[in-house]
Amino acid sequence: MKRRTLIAAAPATAMVAATARATAPTTITLWHAMSGALGQKLQSIVDAFNKSQSAAQVEAVYKGSYPEVLTATIAAWRAGKAPSIAQVFDVGTADMLAAGRAVVDVWKLAEMTGVAIEPATYIPAVRGYYSLNDGRMGAAPFNSSTAVMWINEDAFEKAGLDPKTPLATWGDVIKAARAVKARGAAEIPVMTSWPTWVHFEQFAAIHNVEYATLNDGFGGPKPKLMIDSAPFVKNLGTLLSMQKEGLFKYEGRDGAPSPIFYAGKAAITFDSSSIYGQLKQSAKFKFSDTYLPYHPSVIKKPINSIIGGAAFWAMTAPHRSKTEYHAVAEFFRFISTPKNDAGWAEATGYVPVTEAGNALITKQGFYAANPGTDIAVKQLTRSQVTKYSRGIRLGGMPEIRVIIEEEWERAIQNGASAHTALARAQRRAQAMVDRFARTAHA
Amino acid sequence: MERRTLFNGRLLPAVLVLPQLAITILFFILPAYKAFAESVRATDAFGLHTSFVGFANFLHLARSNLYQHAMIRTGVFCVAVTVLAMAAGLVLAVFADRAIKGRAIYRTLLIWPYAIAPAIASVIFVFLLQPQIGLITNLLGRLGIDFDYATNGGQAFLLIILIAAWKQVSYNFIFYVAGLQSVPRSVIEAATLDGARGFHRFRTMIWPLLTPTTFFLIIVNFVYAAFDTFALIFALTAGGPGTATETLVVKVYRDGVINLDLGGSAAQSVILMAIIVGLTAIQFRYTGKRAVS
Amino acid sequence: MTRKPDYLAHAILLMGVLIFIFPIWVTFAGATQSAAAINRGDISLIPRLSGLVVFVQALGLGNAAKGGVPVWHMLLVSFGMALGIAIGKIAISALSAFAIAFFRFPFRMLAFWLIFITLMLPVEVRIIPTYSVMSDFHLINTFTGLTMPLIASATATLLFRQVFLTIPDELVEAAKLDGAGPMRFFFDILLPVSGANLAALFVILFIYGWNQYLWPLLVATNGRLDTIVLGIVQMINPEALPQWNFVMAATILALIPPVLVVIAMQRWFVRGLTEADK
Repeated sequence: MKRRTLIAAAPATAMVAATARATAPTTITLWHAMSGALGQKLQSIVDAFNKSQSAAQVEAVYKGSYPEVLTATIAAWRAGKAPSIAQVFDVGTADMLAAGRAVVDVWKLAEMTGVAIEPATYIPAVRGYYSLNDGRMGAAPFNSSTAVMWINEDAFEKAGLDPKTPLATWGDVIKAARAVKARGAAEIPVMTSWPTWVHFEQFAAIHNVEYATLNDGFGGPKPKLMIDSAPFVKNLGTLLSMQKEGLFKYEGRDGAPSPIFYAGKAAITFDSSSIYGQLKQSAKFKFSDTYLPYHPSVIKKPINSIIGGAAFWAMTAPHRSKTEYHAVAEFFRFISTPKNDAGWAEATGYVPVTEAGNALITKQGFYAANPGTDIAVKQLTRSQVTKYSRGIRLGGMPEIRVIIEEEWERAIQNGASAHTALARAQRRAQAMVDRFARTAHA
Repeated sequence: MERRTLFNGRLLPAVLVLPQLAITILFFILPAYKAFAESVRATDAFGLHTSFVGFANFLHLARSNLYQHAMIRTGVFCVAVTVLAMAAGLVLAVFADRAIKGRAIYRTLLIWPYAIAPAIASVIFVFLLQPQIGLITNLLGRLGIDFDYATNGGQAFLLIILIAAWKQVSYNFIFYVAGLQSVPRSVIEAATLDGARGFHRFRTMIWPLLTPTTFFLIIVNFVYAAFDTFALIFALTAGGPGTATETLVVKVYRDGVINLDLGGSAAQSVILMAIIVGLTAIQFRYTGKRAVS
Repeated sequence: MTRKPDYLAHAILLMGVLIFIFPIWVTFAGATQSAAAINRGDISLIPRLSGLVVFVQALGLGNAAKGGVPVWHMLLVSFGMALGIAIGKIAISALSAFAIAFFRFPFRMLAFWLIFITLMLPVEVRIIPTYSVMSDFHLINTFTGLTMPLIASATATLLFRQVFLTIPDELVEAAKLDGAGPMRFFFDILLPVSGANLAALFVILFIYGWNQYLWPLLVATNGRLDTIVLGIVQMINPEALPQWNFVMAATILALIPPVLVVIAMQRWFVRGLTEADK
């Protein structure tokens, strides 16, 4: 009897195998915002994944800037056409975590598919940024960087400064800027890219300053912003008075100012650690990077900075099959293997997101061969992550950034004090947070 | 406007008008209805939670300083662009209408910019005007002008006016050239004399004949400045610095697409639609009348 | 009698011409220089002859690097889209304007007003609802989806109506006396006498289609339907430093087809507008 069953079952098994062979591999779509060389590198990782197995093929599609990817993803989801994976920037994290059934959190994805994605493999500062309050992960970290201070060494030498003496505090930075200005060593002594990311979000993290109540928004839906508190006023006040003295120049929002530093027009800039490759390619001057400066009156010893960049989110769609989710999980695991993580970081200037990836980069001698590329990881891992240095979890974060930038720009134009500017920013941004709380948890 | 001689039949005209009607309902009426429905709700980005809020979104706009400022700013912007682009188009058309050598070449060289896409125009000017490293930025720097549209709101506003007008000049040029061609030759010739007297003649003899063209262009330029400049402004300044270049359409896009405030943005859409229908009605009244005469 | 050259006219026209040519010239010159030099602010007004090859490279490269399609493909999509919109819109609106101008039928005014109130409703303010309608009809990421919502606006209908209203009644009467039915009248008489207007509309609609940005951005969900305008704006995405020489080369390439259409049809274009404007 038993034997007959086995024999009877044999053709069925063969048939299943034949069907599997005959059906085309599952195709999953990935929408991303990586242009230029970054896009090329991402494509090569995707190609490697597609070659590594035959069950699934990832189709990577460039959908424009981060906000455009997010918009397109949301519009597509509402229409039942969401991609399997969407790359969403850091400040969209709260929106995605509040997206309920539109998104499959990574912890749930792992549970559902049985593909292990271990939070412990990730660097704490990276893991924390994309996790729920209880530590379960929402997204698969991908391109991550942090902010550092970049130095134009030629300008420093021209100003009679030793570029090897690190500038640790804002006092040091001001002193150096005055020397640059006095000697005319560079048109702009100090500038910045990503004004709010660096001087509000990163500032708050390394100074262990509360950005919003409820653990910077991780702990609940109705946080109160704290961006008009004394430390923020002090920091913006420093920048505004430097601007008046001609030591600092505000050059625009987001990454738009970066080319000014590449052109050698500034002695110091604050920018993402990931501009390393670009500088190496186009700068005609010696450059180096160091830790973000701090205010000793706010903190004696600065702690870890936070990440920026983007992560991959698994999206739902009607009739999306288990095979597709399985392929998504496999892809997430693939990009986090030490080899791929290290390869991505070395090629792009982003930081590795896993501990093993970081170890592999060190072992391969990349940091030794490219001095300064390790500053970002060191800054991210220099302390225990606290509730104020884990990340900021606020809905409407892109708009909060814009509001702060607008008020900062306004203060430069009409000479308003940091206190006034931040009081306005606080009021306007709080309205955004409240609206998010109303609609997301109605 | 009523035609005396007509064709008979009921089915044929219905069939003829059907395709247009179908896509109009599908892509205009339906979305407009959806926008209206959305404007009285509060919704999160993914549409997971929705609640009816009545006119709260509109009330919020009415009370918002930022919205009022954006409205005034848009008004100033539209007037400035319309005046600049039309004046330039008219002057060039009047001179290109004179009996001069190379008239045809001049015309071609002034008509082709009509083909430039607003989005492409702003890419070109981003390239020319990048703070610190753009070519024109550097030229201005040498003249002692510190030009930086990323931080100077006044300069940024001036810049978007100039670029928006720049892109629109050839449109007005074409229509004025066309308008001048329908002015009787004898009138033109009488008015081509140089000097103050010539200008006087232009004003009293030709300008009145161009009134229909001018009126049509005012509406078209206004609508262009208010709505078609979105890509141009967005790629150049994204509404900044501060909110110095945030026009109503930029604000709709920003609130709806970037800030994902669908209800508030839909309320703004409804207001914009009302403005457009109003402008269209003005234009229609006018073209309708003109068709009678 | 030889007339004194009209110096004032030449001066003013030349200035006008230069204001348009200069930015394009810098764009052209910029395309031939190295990306690193541009990012340092070293832009020469003199094109580098050895850099001209960038135009050929740009045709093949474009967004291919990031999983998109090459520039030549984007140009092709743009061309198809502009052509589709121009022809589709002319066909649909000529027919409906004919019906409205030459017939009396029930709900004629209702149809007219429905079409008319949408005259200038910009795509920006109705983008998300339009998208969901397209998705209900499974038209996302299709060529139909790319063109159809843009065919819908009423501008052309109104222009045709205006032109048709200037057709003298005598012409219609003559046609009726000859025993010509309405469709024969439409094809044999109405369209030929409106030839210049058709050409003018074609130019306007071709340019309108070619220049779209926001709608293609949403509806083209993978690179295969990227248009050139969309592609170029995406090339200056702030997440990475733009390769300015390629961007500028693509910009020049993107300008050529619409400019050619305008120049080639210039004569009919201006005349068509004159006649419509009478």
